[in-house]
Amino acid sequence: MLFDLSSEPIEVNCLRNGMISQDCGGFVAFEGWVRDYNDGKAVLRLEYEAYEELALLEGHRIMMEALDRFPIKDISCVHRVGLLDLKEVAVWIGVSAVHRGEAFDACRYLIDEIKSRVPIWKKEFFTDGSKAWTRCHKCADGNNNNQRENE
Amino acid sequence: MSPSAPKPTVRKVRLRYFAVLREYAGVNCENRESSAVTVEDLYDEIKEEKGFELKKDFIRFACNGDFVGSEYSLSDGDEIVFIPPVAGG
Repeated sequence: MLFDLSSEPIEVNCLRNGMISQDCGGFVAFEGWVRDYNDGKAVLRLEYEAYEELALLEGHRIMMEALDRFPIKDISCVHRVGLLDLKEVAVWIGVSAVHRGEAFDACRYLIDEIKSRVPIWKKEFFTDGSKAWTRCHKCADGNNNNQRENE
Repeated sequence: MSPSAPKPTVRKVRLRYFAVLREYAGVNCENRESSAVTVEDLYDEIKEEKGFELKKDFIRFACNGDFVGSEYSLSDGDEIVFIPPVAGG
């Protein structure tokens, strides 16, 4: 089981190969990519920042929850920090299981929980020169809106 | 002679700031003396002082490396982090 933060590009093949096991029939991987559009604006790049010690603690907790809830064999997750360009992999999650159903279910659970709980923040740099911390621009006094960003 | 009101307890805490709050605060971290009783009270105090434009409703709190509730009572030496809305993944 692995939950880690990385300031370097994620080596997805290495992570996947490290999870191959002959007692598993299913493997599901999720990759979060940096896309070029969000909230109606063209994105140039992203920056991720983490409260590292709590991000690692909460990330491990989420993985233990997934191991408890789903009959899966192994989980690996790596999240980038620092500046990312378009098309880079921001987060990688791999789940192995005897059967594919639980691997899919657990992977969905992991990314949903990581997105909502782990203290990692994303700053978007737009092509018009503006920048904004995702989910924070709607949280000012006077606003009652706190919509979750869509993938 | 009427008894004087008890003085509020002043505690020394350490604050670390991240993301948008770091930008509002202008620093990564600071030491602070405060008579705030709870971590929520501390946020109110600093929010007003530094002009944080984030409603308390959207903030989670951490103390000494783990999440705590808004009613967590501060102790001397605590390291506090106010956690704005997260956006990993």
